[in-house]
Amino acid sequence: MSGRLRTQVGQLARRSILRTMRQPAQIVPALVFPMFLLAVNSGGLKSTTDLPGFPTDSYLTFALAVPFVQGALFSVMNSGTDLARDIETGFLDRLALTPLRGVALLSGLLAGAVMLGLVQAATYLIVGLVAGAELVTGFAGALVIVALSVSVTIAFGSIGLFAALRTGSGEAVQSLFPVFFVFLFISAMALPLDLIQADWFRQVATVNPVTYLLEAFRSLLFEGWEPDALALGFGIAAAVLAVGMLAATSALKTRLVRT
Amino acid sequence: MTAEQGPDGTGIEVEGLVREFKNGPRAVDGIELRVEAGEIYGFLGPNGAGKSTTVLMLTTLLPPTAGTARVAGFDIVREGPRVRASIGAALQEAALDPLLTAREHMRLQTALHGLGKSERQVRGQELLERVGLSQAADRKVGGYSGGMKRRLDLALALAHRPRILFLDEPTTGLDIQSRTALWEEVARLAAEEGVTVFLTTQYLEEADTLAGRVGIIDHGHIVAEGTPAALKAEIGRPTVEAVPREAGERGRLAAVLERFGPGAAASPRAAAARLEGGESQLADVVRALDSEGIAIETLQLHAPSLDDVFLAKTGRSLEGAEEEEQEETEVAAETVDAG
Repeated sequence: MSGRLRTQVGQLARRSILRTMRQPAQIVPALVFPMFLLAVNSGGLKSTTDLPGFPTDSYLTFALAVPFVQGALFSVMNSGTDLARDIETGFLDRLALTPLRGVALLSGLLAGAVMLGLVQAATYLIVGLVAGAELVTGFAGALVIVALSVSVTIAFGSIGLFAALRTGSGEAVQSLFPVFFVFLFISAMALPLDLIQADWFRQVATVNPVTYLLEAFRSLLFEGWEPDALALGFGIAAAVLAVGMLAATSALKTRLVRT
Repeated sequence: MTAEQGPDGTGIEVEGLVREFKNGPRAVDGIELRVEAGEIYGFLGPNGAGKSTTVLMLTTLLPPTAGTARVAGFDIVREGPRVRASIGAALQEAALDPLLTAREHMRLQTALHGLGKSERQVRGQELLERVGLSQAADRKVGGYSGGMKRRLDLALALAHRPRILFLDEPTTGLDIQSRTALWEEVARLAAEEGVTVFLTTQYLEEADTLAGRVGIIDHGHIVAEGTPAALKAEIGRPTVEAVPREAGERGRLAAVLERFGPGAAASPRAAAARLEGGESQLADVVRALDSEGIAIETLQLHAPSLDDVFLAKTGRSLEGAEEEEQEETEVAAETVDAG
């Protein structure tokens, strides 16, 4: 990376982080709602652990994987809304008048998602462990959970950037959130795949990538080191990021028609 | 890093520039203009005339449909990056991040333009002081007034010492004090630093006060161009406008005024005429009204304005001209009782 590109990425990353820190409305819901859902699910579905073949006797530990993915979904909205606002206010035009490179813009904008991902992952993990969840992989596992959480957050954030560049509208980006949320509900969120009774639901959950993100987190929480599950989890995050960044780069070229 | 300068100096040359939008009329329809280095060029026109579209093309943010333009000696289509390195621009809305402070804006802008670390801080502080924002530099921009935002916008446009500055309606919505401060800074930039300024405005006074030359654009065409004085001289004669004390006297009043020249547009209660013999006929007008026994509530002499130029060239008055026009000379504010 050249010195100039590094400076551009660094400055835009700094801005993105400052913006995120100065908008409690971005941070608080991303911390509170997943914890609320965790409390409801782990209390209400406790008896699910009595099902034969359920992989752990702590539903809290099983459900703790969900906040990491649910929290990451907020980055679709946060990254996308910030960029859409830049388009709406003309700030993107200001940036376009500088020798800024597109890759620097997109990378810098995702820095806020990285910071949010770190804060979210640390919070969910600490709250979960304090509430009695297991973590069989210990401190190293905690670090991998944080890394995976940040990866998933960046990946979803890139989709938000694409949506913002494509539509140029904060409202359009926000309307994506419920759509992404559906993917969470039609995954193995509440039950392991092999315990889902309805055939159609099991089939949908099997092809839903969110299931494998959840399984990667769960492997670290209560199964131990499972290289296949981790590879699949990180691989899906990388694939979503690649697709998101490619789409965002293409949309940026259309959006920035500077000669 | 400082701004680049092309082989042909620091001016702007535009030939047959066209911008056509899908399913719409030509926003800019074959304009020609030339702005000399160090000149302040006022681009005047009502909303939707094509001013901002022209600026977007000249700043490389919008490709032209046809025609050519060179900014600082660089072609706006083939040499976009070199054009951008040579220019600064404050576009129509002050495009600022409400969550950042002015100092953070300066740091970002100077860094993106490639200034070295130590220079960034010096340049940022210098510009913030110049636009009078050093006291507020660490406050978030979201709490700034419109004038403060515009001044910061100008400072950001100057971060990399551009030789050409594009200002798109820089004082729209500002109070007179903020407007005057901005005018002073723009005039200083041109006079002391030799910066070429391309300024769009819908304010007649702004073009008249600041610009060395003015281009008037309407429906995508330049309908007049020249110095403000030359354009007004082209129109020539002043207008006298009077309001009778009795509304029923308006017809007789108009007949008296028309002895001195053709009738002109006036407010509903008034009558007006263009004085063929110039301002010196005003005394004759008063004497004629006196001899006819017409009591007058107000009598005003309007010097020719850029709005008159616009009216003469397009057949319409420039939107909002009444509030902005400051040139009129009021010679009798209260009552001229001719009886």
